[in-house]
Amino acid sequence: MDMIELMYQENILDHYKNPHNFGKMENATVHHHEKNPLCGDELDMFLMIDENKKIVDVKVHPTGCAISVASASMLSDEIKGKSIDEVKNMTKEQILEMLGIPISPVRLKCALLSLDTLKNSTLIFEKYMRK
Amino acid sequence: MLKTKTIMDVETIRKDFPILQRKVHGKPLVYFDNAATSQKPKEVIDALDFYYNNYNANVHRSIHQLGEEATAAYEKAREKIAEFINAQYEEVIFTKNSTEGLNLLAYSLTSGLKQGDEIVISQLEHHSNFVPWQQMAKHLGLKLKFIEINENAELDEESIKKNITKKTKIVSIGHISNAIGTINPVEDIARITHENGALMIVDGSQAAPHIPLDMKKIDSDFYVFTGHKMLGPTGVGVVYGKKELLEASRPFLYGGEMINEVKFDDTTFNKLPWKFEAGTPNIAEGIGLGVAVDYLTKVGMQNILNRDRELLDYAMEKIKEIDGITVYGPKERASILSFNVKGVHAHDVSQILDSEGVAIRAGHHCCMPLMSVLGISATARASFYLYNTEQEVDTFINAIHKVKKIFGV
Repeated sequence: MDMIELMYQENILDHYKNPHNFGKMENATVHHHEKNPLCGDELDMFLMIDENKKIVDVKVHPTGCAISVASASMLSDEIKGKSIDEVKNMTKEQILEMLGIPISPVRLKCALLSLDTLKNSTLIFEKYMRK
Repeated sequence: MLKTKTIMDVETIRKDFPILQRKVHGKPLVYFDNAATSQKPKEVIDALDFYYNNYNANVHRSIHQLGEEATAAYEKAREKIAEFINAQYEEVIFTKNSTEGLNLLAYSLTSGLKQGDEIVISQLEHHSNFVPWQQMAKHLGLKLKFIEINENAELDEESIKKNITKKTKIVSIGHISNAIGTINPVEDIARITHENGALMIVDGSQAAPHIPLDMKKIDSDFYVFTGHKMLGPTGVGVVYGKKELLEASRPFLYGGEMINEVKFDDTTFNKLPWKFEAGTPNIAEGIGLGVAVDYLTKVGMQNILNRDRELLDYAMEKIKEIDGITVYGPKERASILSFNVKGVHAHDVSQILDSEGVAIRAGHHCCMPLMSVLGISATARASFYLYNTEQEVDTFINAIHKVKKIFGV
C-alpha cells in the first residue's frame, strides 16, 4: 500500500462519507463554529452537557476535506459520554493517534480543526459556568 | 478562438528549467500551479547568482565601480520592462509584488477623496485587489461597489455600466481571474471609466505572464503585476502608471531614495520613478525580472498565448470525458482550469494528484467573495505555462481517475 492509500484508507473514507453523530442540535449547551481560513474547512459542534459536566450528547456538522471531516466524526465518538474535564486537555498527539494515518505538515490544520473546535467549546462552557 | 499552430519548441524550453528534471514521490514533476508562481529558467537563477558573486552593491548612491554596475543593471531591467509593456521608463515603478502595488495605489489615490466617493471593483477580484479597497472605503467613508458576474462567470455588461458612474473615482479590475480564468474586457472598462472621469487600475498579475501587453492600447491609468508568476524571482513587482498621474500622486512609502532634499520642516521628493521607491530595493530580483522579460520576449508573448490555448483546449477536452467533473469559469478563458470532482473535496484531489507528481492548487484561491457567489468553498485549479506538455496533461487526467478510484466515486 503506498502512502496515499494509507492516508485515504477505508475507515477514513467511511467517516468522511457517513460522519458519525452528524447533524445539528436544538437546545445544545454549547454550539461552536470554527473555520479554517486557509482552506475553508468548517465545523459546527453541538454539545449537550449535564450538571456533572458530562457530555451526554454530541452532534457535528463538518464541511471540508476527508481528513477534517473524518477527524470531526472520530472525535465526536471519542468525547461522547466523557466529562468536560476529561476532554478539555486533549492533545494534538491524541488526535493523530485517533486518526491513525500519516498526516503531512500542510494537512495538519485539516486534522486539527476538530480539536480546536472542541477546545474552544470547552472554554465557552467554562466561561459560561463561571457566570 | 484564433487557432495558430505554435512555433515554439516545448522540449527545448523545458531544458531551460532545471526544476522540471526533478522527481516528486518518485514520479516526474508535473507542475500545474503556475497561477500561484511560475518556475524559473536557468538564466534568471544565474542572474541572481552572478549579481551576488560579482557586483553586489547598493544602487543609486554608491560611487564606486560595483555601485555603477549594479545601478546600470537594475535600471536596464526597468528599461526592458517598460519596453515589454510599451510604456515609458519613468512609468515603471518597482514594488515587492502585486499586493504591494495595489496597496500603493489604494493609499496614494484615495488621499484626495471625500466621504461618499465611490470605488468600483468586481466579484472576481483576488483578495489583494479587494481588501485594500474595502479597508480604505471603511476608514475614509468611501462607497465600494462590485461589478457582478453573469451566468457565464464573465463580468456582466449591464453591471459594468450600472456601477461606473459620475460618482466613481477609482475602478480597479483584474485583467484575468486567478480563480477561474475569466479574461476581462479591460480596454472597454477603461474607456467607460474615463468617460465618467474616474481612474482605471488593472491588476495584471495573471495577464502579464500570458498575453502581450500594450499600455497604450489598454489605456488604463495604472497597471499592476508581479515578477514571480512570469518566470522572474519572488520579491519584485511592477506598478505602471501614466507619468502625469504618478507625478500628481502622493508617495506611498517615505524614506531614503525617494527624496530630493530633506530639511527639518519639509521634504521634496525624488523624480519618477524613484519617488515611489523608498529604501534599498530588491536589486538582484529586479535584475532577474529583466532577464525573465528577455526570456519571454525571446519566446514571444503571442507564441505563449497560442500555446496556452492549445494546451488548455487539450486539457478541457480530456477532463470533460470524465464523469462527475464540474469545470468553473467561462468558455473563453486564460490557461486556468478550475474544477471539482463530485464527492471529493479539492484538498483531497490535490493530495492524491501530488502522489502522482502533479502539483495543482486547491482552495479558495484568495477569492472568498467569488467562491461565495459561485456557492462553493473551494476548487482544484490546474494552471498551465509555456513549459507544460500534452503528456503532462495525460498524467494529470490519469491522476484524477486515481482520485475517483480511491474515493469510490
